[in-house]
Amino acid sequence: METLHLSNLKTLEAESIHIIREVVAEFERPVMLYSVGKDSSVMVRLAQKAFAPGRIPFPLLHVYTGMKFPEMYEFRDHFCRDIGADLRVYRFEEAIAAGVNPWELGTVKCCAQLKTQALLYALEEGEYDAAFGGARRDEEKSRAKERVYSFRDSFGQWDPKNQRPELWNLYNGRIKKRESIRVFPLSNWTELDVWMYVYTENIPVVPMYFAAEREMIQREGRLVPIYNGTQLREGEKPETLVCRFRTLGCYPCTGAVKSTASNLKEIIEEMMVARHSERITRLIDHDQDSSMEQKKREGYF
Amino acid sequence: MEPTYNLDSIIRNSLTQDLLRFTTAGSVDDGKSTLIGRLLHDSKNIYEDHLSSLEKDSRTAGRDEIDFAMLTDGLKAEREQGITIDVAYRHFSTPKRRFIIADTPGHEQYTRNMVTGASTANLAIILIDAKNGVLTQSKRHGFIASLLGIPHLVVAVNKMDLVDYSEDVFNSIVDEYTAFCAKLSPRDVVFIPMSAFYGDNVVVHSPNMPWYDGSPLLSHLENVHIASDQNLIDFRFPVQYVLRPNQDFRGFCGTVASGVVRVGEEVVVLPSGRVTRVERILTAGQDVEIAFPPQSIAVCLADEIDISRGDMIAHPANVPWLASEVEALLIWMDTQPLNLNRRYVIKHTTKTVRGRISTLKYKIDPNTLSRQSTDTLHLNDIGRIELQLLKPVLCDEYTTNRHTGSFIVIDPDTNFTVAAGMVIDRSHTYQRAAAGSMTAKQKNLTPHIGHVTAQERRRLFGHRPVTIWMTGLSGSGKSTLAYAVEKRLTEDGHACFVLDGDNVRHGLNRDLGFSADDRFENIRRVAEVARLMNESGLIVIASFISPYRADRANACRIIGESSFSEVYVNASLEACEKRDPKRLYAKARRGEIADFTGISAPYEPPEQPDLAIDSENETLEHNVAAILAYLKRAGFTS
Repeated sequence: METLHLSNLKTLEAESIHIIREVVAEFERPVMLYSVGKDSSVMVRLAQKAFAPGRIPFPLLHVYTGMKFPEMYEFRDHFCRDIGADLRVYRFEEAIAAGVNPWELGTVKCCAQLKTQALLYALEEGEYDAAFGGARRDEEKSRAKERVYSFRDSFGQWDPKNQRPELWNLYNGRIKKRESIRVFPLSNWTELDVWMYVYTENIPVVPMYFAAEREMIQREGRLVPIYNGTQLREGEKPETLVCRFRTLGCYPCTGAVKSTASNLKEIIEEMMVARHSERITRLIDHDQDSSMEQKKREGYF
Repeated sequence: MEPTYNLDSIIRNSLTQDLLRFTTAGSVDDGKSTLIGRLLHDSKNIYEDHLSSLEKDSRTAGRDEIDFAMLTDGLKAEREQGITIDVAYRHFSTPKRRFIIADTPGHEQYTRNMVTGASTANLAIILIDAKNGVLTQSKRHGFIASLLGIPHLVVAVNKMDLVDYSEDVFNSIVDEYTAFCAKLSPRDVVFIPMSAFYGDNVVVHSPNMPWYDGSPLLSHLENVHIASDQNLIDFRFPVQYVLRPNQDFRGFCGTVASGVVRVGEEVVVLPSGRVTRVERILTAGQDVEIAFPPQSIAVCLADEIDISRGDMIAHPANVPWLASEVEALLIWMDTQPLNLNRRYVIKHTTKTVRGRISTLKYKIDPNTLSRQSTDTLHLNDIGRIELQLLKPVLCDEYTTNRHTGSFIVIDPDTNFTVAAGMVIDRSHTYQRAAAGSMTAKQKNLTPHIGHVTAQERRRLFGHRPVTIWMTGLSGSGKSTLAYAVEKRLTEDGHACFVLDGDNVRHGLNRDLGFSADDRFENIRRVAEVARLMNESGLIVIASFISPYRADRANACRIIGESSFSEVYVNASLEACEKRDPKRLYAKARRGEIADFTGISAPYEPPEQPDLAIDSENETLEHNVAAILAYLKRAGFTS
């Protein structure tokens, strides 16, 4: 018999494709932010699927900070070339020339310049009216309330008190001139969903997600990678450790975790164990039979 | 340490997990936050670090047990900080299912938020405090869940520990709420006695309530059957985007709103009414044979047809309504009240049209379900309205189709989403699309106006044309009466003609069967013919079972109210079956005829016929005279 019921991942995939197509149908100049990470990889794959056998009908936008890991730039160029994407790289020359960095400015100001401000300029320059981002609601508390279509005023600002209600799959994309919408097609995905999708779809991701021997220093309880600009503090000694990155950003501000997960399956395993350490043994209970439930029904404590 | 599990089987298992979206309604006082916290904790979905800080916080607050409310209880803090209380989405999973909770505040002023969370939910959990029993608020939550068409309801009777886990308390709440639910006709309601604070019946069966033999909450959430919640019957495919990457490929992209479509099937494109065949279906770029909701697909059709966003593809024998006047329930979501004189923007499926809320019939008090007259709708008000659209939409009733029955209302000045709407079945005022709606063809037709006026015809014939529409069961004596009336009228010098099943079904309508759709089309065609005959000056006596009120109302609309007279030829089913002149009842009883009115299909008698004839007890002569007298009285003949 045919089962006419979608799995979790297929449901999420269908929903994301619906969102991406809706934006392309209703907006004049959409763009997809491409940050090189796993969420970006998944989002780009969904966009490919949404318009197959055609090409993705909008450009990918990467905001260049000059601070990403070299492997990331390398991966970005390969990935985009392989899928024939129209990659636009925006460089906030003023800040780059001024040598903005987190060591002197502090991370908050550095981010504000190299990322937020640069992004606003990039969107303004491209006159984009809709920008896809890979953010997920499970990432942090404030994101849990974020809409799929997040309205931004003509200054690119978000007003959490004034969000549009979002019902069914009817998205309200009406804006005035110079206003824009940030769109989050992965809103309902979790980190584990993303990894499962990367695994089943065989989506390329930056090798830094996988465990390898890397030169690191331990700083304030974090594992910090050593790159060109990394300045050693007194008493800090580089050491070679087996570790991997759970998230990827600029190298001065991205920490690694000790891990031996060197392929996708091991990453998924690590995530399941880390999140539900006892769940996996529980899973086996579930798989085999429901004897425990039966015992409890009978009065077992 | 060697893992004691098989990773491959876990991954395989994860890939077959499905997704359940549920909404929780209740206030902090009902223990909603505690319940969610307990659910996440007992199903091992909380990070270790979160848990240890929770333990610390609970100790600081002077609690002996972990207070799970603190885990999710952002609400109070938010209220104090003046941040908008909103819908928060939380995620968790078990080996069986992935869950998304739309967590919404329960107080009256947050109806808007609850509606938002409910719009996509498969299931709603309504919390009732066992100590307080069924409150107005509990009823309101049930009403909203039913309004938004949530298929499954769980009534969590919480804080059972405070009533000594009493079965009697639980049962009386079940009785009271079940009685209330009867008014709402929800599809599936389950009651679970629990104590979220102590974890009774949340994840594991409670030893404190051995009298309860149902499932604990989590196991219910894991096992509730959601696969058949989708409408897999009525295929509706709103075209979202036309994909044309090259000359050889033209795909119509969209999400299957309902129903199932297969390669090779005949489909109709609406509103043009063009019929074609499905040549290919692609999902995520790959060819498939079949598609169903909520898949996002691209469809390639056999013929070149002009199709654009906002059109809809369906099966020719099962089409939505094409309506520019729509009745709906509306939930107002803006601080600016509804303005009946304004034009709003309506987004329905993939179509955006302008329209006006032309009538506000009443508003519903969600606490008592009573109707109140009103001249506007304020934030959180629920009202019954009529929508007048500049262009028609292809829609269905919300209760049968959540996607083609819903719409949002947008304020064109602020661009804010100001209301959510749900289409109500008013089939007698709507028209089916497809079959009769060749609008593309109609566009090129202009009614031709002749030189003979209706008045001149009236003088010629000596009467005002009318259609006497006789409705009644098979065998009630309609045709006998019709021909008798025709004979008398002709003798009196009137030009008249009988239309009945026998002379229509053998020619004009021989392509139609007896399903509800075919009956609709049968009556529509007869009504059109009757109208033409009336226009030519004839009196028409139409003798048709016409069992559905909606179809007769449609006939009335087509013929025109002023020349339509409904005559109810009334004889009891027993009498008709006894007479059975064509031996049809006997066949129907043997199951040889499907959809036979009175036996296997309904007959809806007229509520206010222009004339009711008792054909069971009165003689034919008496009844003919009654009709002639009526025609004179109503001014059709003199």
